Amino acid sequence: MSDASTSDPQIRVVLAKLGFDGHDRGIKIVARILRDAGMEVIFLGLRQSYKNVVNAVEQEDADAVGLSMHNASHMTLAPKMVDALAEAGLEVPVIVGGIVPDEDIDPLMKTGVAAILGPGASAEEVAQTVRDAVAAVRGSSPQA
Amino acid sequence: MSLRGLPPADIFDKALGGERRALGRLITFVERDAAEAETVAELAHERAGNAHVIGITGAPGSGKSTLTGQLVKLLGEAGKRAAVLAVDPSSPLTGGAILGDRVRMEDVASPDTFIRSMATRGHQGGLSLAVPGVVRLLDATGYDPIVIETVGVGQVEVDIAGTADTTVVVATPGMGDSVQANKAGLLELADLFVVNKADRPGAKDVRRDLDLMLDLSHVSGQDQRTGMRPEIIMTTALSGEGAPEMWDAIERHRTAITANGQLEARRVNRDIDEVRNRLMADLESRVDLMLAGQSLAGVAEVLDAVAARSLSPTAAATQLAARIKDL
Ligand SMILES: Nc1nc2c(ncn2[C@@H]2O[C@H](COP(=O)(O)OP(=O)(O)OP(=O)(O)O)[C@@H](O)[C@H]2O)c(=O)[nH]1
Ligand SMILES: [Mg+2]
Repeated sequence: MSDASTSDPQIRVVLAKLGFDGHDRGIKIVARILRDAGMEVIFLGLRQSYKNVVNAVEQEDADAVGLSMHNASHMTLAPKMVDALAEAGLEVPVIVGGIVPDEDIDPLMKTGVAAILGPGASAEEVAQTVRDAVAAVRGSSPQA
Repeated sequence: MSLRGLPPADIFDKALGGERRALGRLITFVERDAAEAETVAELAHERAGNAHVIGITGAPGSGKSTLTGQLVKLLGEAGKRAAVLAVDPSSPLTGGAILGDRVRMEDVASPDTFIRSMATRGHQGGLSLAVPGVVRLLDATGYDPIVIETVGVGQVEVDIAGTADTTVVVATPGMGDSVQANKAGLLELADLFVVNKADRPGAKDVRRDLDLMLDLSHVSGQDQRTGMRPEIIMTTALSGEGAPEMWDAIERHRTAITANGQLEARRVNRDIDEVRNRLMADLESRVDLMLAGQSLAGVAEVLDAVAARSLSPTAAATQLAARIKDL
């Protein structure tokens, strides 16, 4: 049962936007990019709660979470998402996409976010970042 | 605690204990037809056979997911642990997919509902193997009922919904007449019709068309498969109006087929179909190997003769069929 793009198991990504910010153009574009890169996107869209995302990752056995952020709340929302996933025992990388000011990048990465993609990232960069983040987790030894 | 590296039987125990992450992983095994899948099928089969399986199909955008969301909301309120398997097409070009059914359900679904999205992954044969496997798992781990959403285009998708205990076909106003639905083979499949988007003009006309069509199939004797005339329910999935009536009709159907023995017959057929689909998949890959000249000697000569027009494809197939037992 091989697939078009790769013989690796198909990557499944949960895409969501947390909180009350109502722009969905960015997240829709990312969904298309990942689909066109051969991934399966579980599209949750706008106004999602941490709980919804955790539920989706569990039930969909997702390999990664993509969060779209277009307001200043990334410093609070993204780390909380990382914690909520860890608390549920889910080893999945969280990738943040959107506008993150330079000075926030380091502190955000320190909270356990796997990668940050700015608005200028190319389709290939977006897809490769997700692949790399998933490979890093899949490749690591099982944790006790 | 990671699931990686755990034997499938241990993951199965966790899933039985209600760990949804474990169930999620087992579904992945089945979906990939991974090495673990056979163990999983074995463990699941002896515990399955309890859940009521409901197929929901209809044209793209007819409101299947919204309707399913309303249904599992009701079921949750009634204290049932429902599961949904939502199948969407993969892009034939890239193998990727955007699975957008879940988002229409999760806000209304009770926390006990298990929702899994599944892409068709190009190989249609694979889908007809994976779906029954996933349903068996959900059944074995205590979910009841199980709703399968498939889009009503493509034979395999239609077939999958048709193997359910109760198949619901969703129609809507403004989506072509019932002749079109008939072409897709959807109409003969229905145990129950739902006319969704009843808030829109033309819904009553759809109902009348369906009624007329059912009259005709009665006259022609086409409804003998079930011996029952499918009910028609009007719904507005956006508001939830009609959803309780839809559930009542589904239950009436189940009660009826339980009483007349059809439920049991359908389930036996479903299992036989699965065995058959497995065999066909196996046979198909053997035939592919044979035609690629990788298993039996002399196959290339037969194919060359066809190319040289000295042997017809029919005769070639007859010759090769005689050797299938050697594959
Ligand atoms: N007016 C109206 N719109 C509805 C109703 N039910 C669903 N919709 C809308 O129809 C659109 C499609 O709904 P879905 O539930 O995604 O339909 P679906 O059949 O699952 O779609 P696919 O899975 O893509 O084939 C959405 O915009 C819904 O909000 C209804 O009863 N009335
Ligand atoms: Mg849908």
